Amino acid sequence: MVAGRIARALVPLALGAAVLGFWEWAVRAWEVPPFVLPPPSSIATALASDWRILADSTWLTLTITLQAFCLAVVSGVALAMLFAQSRLLAAALYPYAVVLQVTPIVAIAPLVIIWVGYERVNLALLILAWVVAFFPILSNTTLGLAAVDPNLRDLFRLYGASRWQVVWRLQFPSALPYILAGMKVSGGLALIGAVVAEFVAGSGTASGLAWRIIESGNRLNIPRLFAALFLLAALGVMIFALLSWVQKRLLGRWHESEVGRP
Amino acid sequence: MPDLLTVSGLTLAYPGGTRALDGVDLRLGEGEFLSLVGPSGCGKSTLLRIIAGLLAPTSGTLSWGRRPGRGGIGFVFQEPTLMPWARVAANVRLPLDLAGVPQAEADARVAEQLARVGLFEFESAFPRELSGGMRMRVALARALVTKPALLLLDEPFAALDEITRFKLNDDLLALWRAEGFTAVFVTHSVFESVYLSSRVAIMSARPGRVVADIPIPLAHPRTAALRTQADYGALCRDVSAALARAMGQEAA
Ligand SMILES: Nc1ncnc2c1ncn2[C@@H]1O[C@H](COP(=O)(O)OP(=O)(O)O)[C@@H](O)[C@H]1O
Ligand SMILES: [Mg+2]
Repeated sequence: MVAGRIARALVPLALGAAVLGFWEWAVRAWEVPPFVLPPPSSIATALASDWRILADSTWLTLTITLQAFCLAVVSGVALAMLFAQSRLLAAALYPYAVVLQVTPIVAIAPLVIIWVGYERVNLALLILAWVVAFFPILSNTTLGLAAVDPNLRDLFRLYGASRWQVVWRLQFPSALPYILAGMKVSGGLALIGAVVAEFVAGSGTASGLAWRIIESGNRLNIPRLFAALFLLAALGVMIFALLSWVQKRLLGRWHESEVGRP
Repeated sequence: MPDLLTVSGLTLAYPGGTRALDGVDLRLGEGEFLSLVGPSGCGKSTLLRIIAGLLAPTSGTLSWGRRPGRGGIGFVFQEPTLMPWARVAANVRLPLDLAGVPQAEADARVAEQLARVGLFEFESAFPRELSGGMRMRVALARALVTKPALLLLDEPFAALDEITRFKLNDDLLALWRAEGFTAVFVTHSVFESVYLSSRVAIMSARPGRVVADIPIPLAHPRTAALRTQADYGALCRDVSAALARAMGQEAA
């Protein structure tokens, strides 16, 4: 058991090390110019020497992503619960939520940035990341609320449960596995939204990781570009791992999706 | 025996036009154990839901001798219908929580009820960690924790294997004798209905009506030995014959 678990953790690490080793060797052996593909060692050097700048940018991107994600979770769950209370409201608003979802974020980004103003570009990034992250939460929660066991609903009615008791003791826990699945998708999308929005905002108004990538590309500082890319991927992995952990903790022993997993 | 409930002329048409019940007349004495037997789709579940107040009849009346208040009616479905996210004790406590019973009192009543269904040491298990029979016991404990005057059971043991079903039959009878509630028990099984009941009502195929009412004057306590007794066999034959007539009527 334990040996198997260690092996499962070691195999991807070993693979990564092998790929990095081959990369380092190949770039030197075939004399690939560093502005096309720098060796891992010079990416690591860039990571260390530009650490101040990169850390600030990482922090900015992370803050915007997390804020957008939290907003998306709260607003998505709240709106879905509101929809569950009133069919009319759901019918009236859901189509607009879909419109917001299907419109490509790059297409509305310039407009949002102009409206909010370049001097408050971080707020514009936050709004755009929220727009992207919001829909999976809304649709998953809606799905979860519809999946309430009708017999349990009858039981609550039989015992004279108030509307509030039905929401918190029945609908919310029934929808929780769906909400958590939506959060996993939404966490990744919030990061993508924050990065895409920053690409659109462009030239130096925002200074997150996306801007570091654009800037490094323009200056042909490819090791730094790779370092920023690496940090972005690390953020994404971290968010995903964190949400998986939360999912496991919250569903723990009661839900099929989490029982019997290593 | 005073009447707990008299159902007269009960008709129910679902939106969409299905007539599930058409003129059901039925009386229910206090402390009785009544089984409802009838072909699938004849409206047994519909009738239980109307009695529970979950569904309003299209026409007809329910008149109560003593109208059960909040928590006065317990309901057990064919599925255990437990909250998967809540431990056994929290599931059983649900009716008390919804009624705002103080925590300490509720916990004491839950512990007592769990002991009665033989699940005391499982109070902190989750439903998915229990067997089908144990889950059904949890559902029974939840239905009885409010000390209801009336317990409605909708084919509760139909999905269980025979050994478990026989055991639960005996436990249900013991609970009924100890706690004195009135029971309405829906089943497909003629044998089960005779074993458990003080009366068996037969329903015709849809739209359902009560077409026969057979008293079961077998003495208590009833044990496994009863299943091979002659008078038990004779009553099973009577109920079977009445059921066959009820289904034949529809076919004619
Ligand atoms: N919610 C519903 N809407 C429409 N028809 C229903 C509904 N529930 C049950 N029925 C129909 O009413 C009839 C009686 O159903 P039911 O009371 O569940 O029968 P039973 O429990 O005896 O099998 C069936 O024909 C069923 O299809
Ligand atoms: Mg039924």
